[in-house]
Amino acid sequence: MLLHRGASKVLALYLRDLKLSVRAGGGALTGVIFFLAVIVTIPFGVGPDLNLLARIGPAILWTGALLASLLGLDRLFQAEREDGSLDLLVLAGDRHMLALTVLVKCLAHWTASVLPLVIAAPLLGLFMNMDPLGIGATTLTLLVGTPAIAFIGAVGAAVAVALPRGGMLISVLILPLTIPVLIFGVSASYGAVADPDPFLPPFLILAALTLFFAVIGPLAAALALRGGAD
Amino acid sequence: MRLIAENLSGERGGEPVFSGINFSLSNSEALVVTGPNGSGKSTLLRIVAGLLPASGGKARLEGGGEAFVSIASACHYLGHQNAMKPTLSVTENLAFWRDFCGATELGIDDALDAVGLAGIGHLPFGFLSTGQRRRAAIARLLVSHRPLWLLDEPTAGLDKASEKRLSALMTAHCRNGGIIIAATHLPLGINAQELAMGDAAPSWGE
Repeated sequence: MLLHRGASKVLALYLRDLKLSVRAGGGALTGVIFFLAVIVTIPFGVGPDLNLLARIGPAILWTGALLASLLGLDRLFQAEREDGSLDLLVLAGDRHMLALTVLVKCLAHWTASVLPLVIAAPLLGLFMNMDPLGIGATTLTLLVGTPAIAFIGAVGAAVAVALPRGGMLISVLILPLTIPVLIFGVSASYGAVADPDPFLPPFLILAALTLFFAVIGPLAAALALRGGAD
Repeated sequence: MRLIAENLSGERGGEPVFSGINFSLSNSEALVVTGPNGSGKSTLLRIVAGLLPASGGKARLEGGGEAFVSIASACHYLGHQNAMKPTLSVTENLAFWRDFCGATELGIDDALDAVGLAGIGHLPFGFLSTGQRRRAAIARLLVSHRPLWLLDEPTAGLDKASEKRLSALMTAHCRNGGIIIAATHLPLGINAQELAMGDAAPSWGE
């Protein structure tokens, strides 16, 4: 019963955040457009060498998705702080853990801003002349790995919540932490297409990273939000 | 239920703002915190709510039972900002806070009616005037039940009629066993103890 009540509360938060991100000014599509811009310009820069494009495809898709998913992270808590909602979310932390609230906000951010990137990835893979198996593997690793970026990003967003132009700072703060996710995501994608390389071990490590940060990220962000109240 | 503050002191940016605040409120009692700008009224409320650490002393809740273990879990906090999203409609905003806070009390239409906003629930919150926004934020206190209301300048932006309505709401809340702490520089028209904060503003920096 208690669990059920808690679940309906955080579901309300999840649905509200989704609603906000698709309403005017929510910025859900900014990431996809940035992702598209990065991937579309690469072939012009690299040149029309189809084999080269296919080879660097997974790495470019992953890098583009990583950078695109950093966009909008700075608003994760800042928007709540500006209209006073953050105080109420922090106060509600005495009823259901603040970390749970943060986790739900991360999931809503991922669904609204990062999942579209994953969905767009197969199409953009075609631009990079990737074969279907490579496209499938990269999309799958993005699906499994990008939540970790949102969870890590929440920590940066919580630390920089009071800074008016915190977006750049957040990216710099969390980029080093996201590098392992990028490395294992790309190596699993390559593992699926390049024969001697394994797919499963890096893919499982990627999944483990996401699970690990799903716990650590919200806890650390909750701590930062409590400490940063003013 | 008893809300007790013992020897509470607070600071802003390292500067002590007030110290040695004592009060004790039981059910159906209200406390009005008055004082000039900068005397620490908002700081006091935020410390009581637990949003800021006290630099000395302690505020605690006794006898709240299992449902209200701490001040934070027992209170509605109405700050300077209204905690509403401008792109969502008033009804959507209130429905969210009702679902998120739990303990449903009044229906959303009834709550809007009680603050004199009947019939505008479908409008985006951002379209409302300052006073209407404040009234929508006050409606948030009514949609889910909390025994303790912490109100920071609740009348900011309200006209005379809305002030009267708010007084009636606060009186009704106290009559039902609720506790109110309100920081204000205007008379609220409710039966309450008064706590006057420091006469001279300690800093002009704000």
